[in-house]
Amino acid sequence: MITDAVVELSRWQFAVTALYHFLFVPLTIGLSVLLAIMESTYVLTGREIYKDMTLFWGKLFGINFALGVTTGLTMEFQFGMNWSYFSHYVGDVFGAPLAIEGLMAFFMESTFVGLFFFGWDKLTKGQHLTITWLVALGSNLSALWILVANGWMQNPVGAEFNYETMRMEVTSFGELIFNPAAQVKFVHTAAAGYTTASAFVLGISAYYMLKGRDAAFAQRSYTIAAGFGLASVLAVIVLGDESGYTDGEVQKAKLAAIEAEWHTEEAPADFTLIGIPDQEAMETHYAIKIPWVLGLIGTRSIDTPIIGLSEILENNRVHVRNGIKAYGLLQQLREGDRDEALIADFEAVKKDLGYGLLLKRYTENVVDATDEQIELAVKNSIPQVAPLFWTFRVMVFCGFIMLIVFVIAVIASSIRKCRKDWILKLSLYTMILPWIACETGWFVAEFGRQPWTIAEVLPTFLSASSLSEGDIILSLSAYILFYTVFLFIEMFLMMKYIKQGPSSLHRRRYHFEIDERG
Amino acid sequence: MIFDYETLRIIWWAFLGILIIGFAIMGGFDLGVGVLLPFLGKTDEERRVILNSVGPTWEGNQVWLVMAGAALFAAWPTAYAVSFSSFYFALLLALFALFLRPLGFDYRSKLTTPMWRENWDRALFVGGFVPALVLGIAFGNLLKGIPFHFENDMRIVYFGNLLGLLNPFALLAGLISLSMFIMHGAVYLQIKTIDPINSRAKSSVLIFTMITLVLFALAGGWIVTLDGYHITSEIFPNASSNPIAKFVKREPGLWLDNYGHLPGLWAVPISAFISGGMTLVLSRFDRPGSAFVFSCITISAIILTAGGSMFPFIIPSSISLNSSLTVWDASSSLRTLNVMFWVTIIFLPLIMIYTSWVYRVFRGKVTVDHIRKNNHTLY
Ligand code: HDD
Ligand code: HEM
Ligand code: HEM
Repeated sequence: MITDAVVELSRWQFAVTALYHFLFVPLTIGLSVLLAIMESTYVLTGREIYKDMTLFWGKLFGINFALGVTTGLTMEFQFGMNWSYFSHYVGDVFGAPLAIEGLMAFFMESTFVGLFFFGWDKLTKGQHLTITWLVALGSNLSALWILVANGWMQNPVGAEFNYETMRMEVTSFGELIFNPAAQVKFVHTAAAGYTTASAFVLGISAYYMLKGRDAAFAQRSYTIAAGFGLASVLAVIVLGDESGYTDGEVQKAKLAAIEAEWHTEEAPADFTLIGIPDQEAMETHYAIKIPWVLGLIGTRSIDTPIIGLSEILENNRVHVRNGIKAYGLLQQLREGDRDEALIADFEAVKKDLGYGLLLKRYTENVVDATDEQIELAVKNSIPQVAPLFWTFRVMVFCGFIMLIVFVIAVIASSIRKCRKDWILKLSLYTMILPWIACETGWFVAEFGRQPWTIAEVLPTFLSASSLSEGDIILSLSAYILFYTVFLFIEMFLMMKYIKQGPSSLHRRRYHFEIDERG
Repeated sequence: MIFDYETLRIIWWAFLGILIIGFAIMGGFDLGVGVLLPFLGKTDEERRVILNSVGPTWEGNQVWLVMAGAALFAAWPTAYAVSFSSFYFALLLALFALFLRPLGFDYRSKLTTPMWRENWDRALFVGGFVPALVLGIAFGNLLKGIPFHFENDMRIVYFGNLLGLLNPFALLAGLISLSMFIMHGAVYLQIKTIDPINSRAKSSVLIFTMITLVLFALAGGWIVTLDGYHITSEIFPNASSNPIAKFVKREPGLWLDNYGHLPGLWAVPISAFISGGMTLVLSRFDRPGSAFVFSCITISAIILTAGGSMFPFIIPSSISLNSSLTVWDASSSLRTLNVMFWVTIIFLPLIMIYTSWVYRVFRGKVTVDHIRKNNHTLY
C-alpha cells in the first residue's frame, strides 16, 4: 500500500531532479538565441570577432548543454518510474505533447547541435547560420511543448474522465494546445531563459573588462547582452504579471496562497508586500499592504473580488462531498452496471471525482468517509501559504533588481564614460539572480498546485508508483550523489574556460596568446 | 479519421517497433563504439579518432531512445506506466550509465591530463556496455512476463525485484543485445577509420557477428520450451482500453503460435541469419558500407522476431495472466492515436531527411591527421 513517506520521497526526488534540470535549461534556451544573434551579426558584417564570439560563448553553451541533456533523460523516464498511476491516469493527454516535443524539437535541436560545433568548415556561412537558428528554434520549441504538458497539469482543459478506461482522455487537442495557462507559461519561461543567458554573458564580459582583458571582445558581448537582457527582463516582468492574472482565472487557490489572501476582501484587494503568514490562524502578521494593487493584477478590474482561501475551503467542502458521491457511482460502473440513470448521475458529478480521490489519503473506503476525514481532506485541499508567499517575493525581487541592472548596463554600454568599475562589478554579481528567480518560480508554480498533480483531477498522493520507501531512498541518494559530482565537474570546466576567455579558441589574437598589457 | 481504432492500434504497434529499431540502429552503433573505445584505440589520438567518428551525430541518435519512451507514453500509457515502474532498478542502472555519455563525449577532450581522459574513457565504456546489456535484459523479461497486477482503481502493483530480472533467459537476451550493438559499432568504425583501427574493427565484426548469431539461435531453441501467452476469450479490437476484461492462458511454446498461423513470418528470423552472414562476408572483403546495411537488417530482424512472436501482447503479466497488456487493451484513446499518427507521419520522414543530410555532411574517414589539425575544436 502506498504510504505518506513514499509520496513524500517521490516528490522530493522529482523536485530535486527537475530543479537540477532547470539549472541548465534556461541557459540553453537563451544562449542558443544569443549565439544565433551573434552569428547573424558575423554573417551580415563579415567581421571575424563576431565569429569568435559565437565560438567562445558556444563552447560554454556546449558545457552546459551536455548536462541539460543528461538530466533531461531522467525527467523523461521519471514519469513512468516514479509516477506510474499518474502516467496511466493522464498519459492519454499528457503523453501527446511530450511525444510531439521529441518529434518536433529534440530531434532538431540534438541533430543540429553537432553541426553547430563541428560543421564550421563543412558548411557555407549561410548554411551554418541556418543551423544555429535551428538549434535555437529547437530548444525553444521543446520548451513550448513541455510547457503545454505542464500547463495542462495546472489547468486541465480539453479532457474528460472515462469510466471504462479509468483515466482522463482527450476531448479537444485545440483546447489542450491553446490552453491559456500553457501560453503564459511558455512566454514567461522563454523570456526567463533569455534573461538568464543575457545575465550570464553580461557578467562574464564585465569580468574581462574588470581585468582589462580582450576589450573589443568583451565590450561587444556586453553590449549585445545588455540590450537583449533589458528587453527580456521587461518581457519576463510583464508576462509574469500575466501569469498572475491567469492564476486569478484558473488557479484561484494558488494566487490566494501566493498573496496570503486568507479571506475574500472587498474589491479591489490590497497587495501584501511583506508579512508573516500563519496557516493555522489564517492571517498574516505584521503585514505591510499596498492598497488596490492585488485586485488590479489578479482581475484587471477594480470591482471583481479575489476569492480568499477561507472561501475556497468552503467551496471545496461541497466539492469533496460531491466527489464522494461520484466515487460511489464510479464503483458501480466499474462493477459492470451500465444502467442509464446511473451513467447520467455519474456524468453530473464526475467533475468532482478528483475531490473524492483526495480522501484516499485518509481512508481506503472513500464512500464511508467520516466527517473528520472529510474535514482533513478539505483542510489540506489548499497549498501551504508561507513557502509560496516567500518564494514568490524572492522571484519578483530578483526580477526588479535585474531590471535596474540591465537599465544601468544599457547606459554603460552606450556611453563609454559611464563604464565604472562598480557597474561592472554589479553586472558580475547579478549573474546569480536569474537562477534564483527561475528555481523559485518553478517552486511557486509546482508547490502552488498542491495537493494536486493535475489540478482538481488527480491528487499528488495517488499519483506515485507503488514502490517501497527503500527503493526511493536508494535512487534519490544516487541522484544526489551523481548530480553533485557532475555539478562540480561542470563548474570546474566552466571556470577554466571562463578564465581562459577567448584565448581558449587558439586564434592567436587574444589575451593569453599575445602580450596585450603584459 | 481515415482509420478505425483497430487499424490505428496496429499502426502504433508498428510505430513503436520502428522507434525501437530506430534506436537500436542509430543509438546502437554509438553504444557499441563506446564499448569498443578502450580496446580498439590504443593511444589517446586513436581514441579521439574513434570518438570523433560519432562525435557530430551521437547526440541526435540518442533522441531515438527518448522518442521510443515518449511514444510509449503517448500511445501506450499503461504499458509505459507498468514497464517503467516495474523495471525500476534496471532502468536506473541504464539511466546512470547513460548519464556518463554526454559528459564523456563533451568533457573528455576539454583537458589534456591523461588521468582525466582515461577516466572518461572508462565512463564511456560503462555508458555503452550497461545500457546495451540492461535494455536487452528488460526485453527478455517482457517475453517471460513480469509479475504485476492491477489493484482497485487500476493501481499498478509490482511483485518482482532486481534479482528476479536476472533470470537466465533474460540474461541471454541481454547478451544478444550487447553483442549485436558491438557488432554494429564495429562495422561503423570500419567505415569511418583507416588502419590500424580499421583492421581491429574488422576483427571485432567477425567475432561479435558470430557471437550474436550463435546466441540468437540459442534463444530460438529456448523459446520452444519457454512459456508463452495467448488470449483465450473473444477479442474486441475496437473496444475501449480496459486491460482486465479478457482471459489469458500460459503454456510452453505459445510464443511460436504466430509463426504457426503465418508461416511467412519465418522469413524474419531467417533473414537475421542471412544478413548476419552477409555482414561478415562484406566486412571481410572491405565493403563496410554494404556490411553496415546488412548489420542494420540483422538488428531489425532480431527485434522483429521477438515482437512478432509476442504480438498482440505488449507486456504479459506472469502473476495475473488476465492483467496482461495487449495491443487491443492498453492503447491511448482513438483520438490521441489518430492525432499522434498524423504528427508522426509528418515529422518522422522529416527527421530522417535531415539526419541523412547531416551524415552526408560528415561523410568520409576520420584520421589521426584530421584530429591533429583540429586539435582544439574536436572531441
Ligand atoms: C522550459 C523548458 C524546459 C522544461 C520545463 C523542461 N525541459 Fe527538458 N530540456 C529543455 C527544456 C525544458 C531544453 C532547453 O530543450 C533542453 C535543456 C538542454 C538541452 O539539451 O535541451 C532539455 C533537454 C531534455 C532532454 C534531452 C533531450 C535530448 O536528448 O536532446 C529530455 C529527454 C528532456 N529535456 C525532458 C524533459 C522532461 C520530461 C521535462 C519535464 C519534467 C523537462 N524536460 C522539463
Ligand atoms: C524544469 C522545470 C521544473 C521544475 C524546476 C519543477 C519543479 C517541481 C517541484 C519543486 C516539484 C515538487 C512540488 C511538491 O511536491 O511540492 C515538482 C513536482 C512535479 N512536477 Fe514539476 N517542475 C518542472 C517542470 C515540470 C514539468 C514541465 C512537468 C510536466 C510536464 C512537471 C511535472 C511535475 C510532477 C508530475 C510532479 C510530481 C507531483 C507533485 O509533487 O506535484 N514538472 N516539480
Ligand atoms: C518580476 C516580476 C515577476 C512576476 C510578477 C512573476 C510571476 C510569476 C508567477 C505568477 C508564476 C507562477 C505561474 C503559475 O504557475 O501559475 C511564475 C513562475 C515562474 N517564474 Fe516568474 N515572475 C516574475 C519574475 C521572474 C523572473 C525575473 C524570472 C527568471 C528570470 C522568473 C522565472 C519564472 C519561472 C521559471 C517560473 C515557472 C514557470 C511558470 O510557471 O511560468 N520570473 N512567475
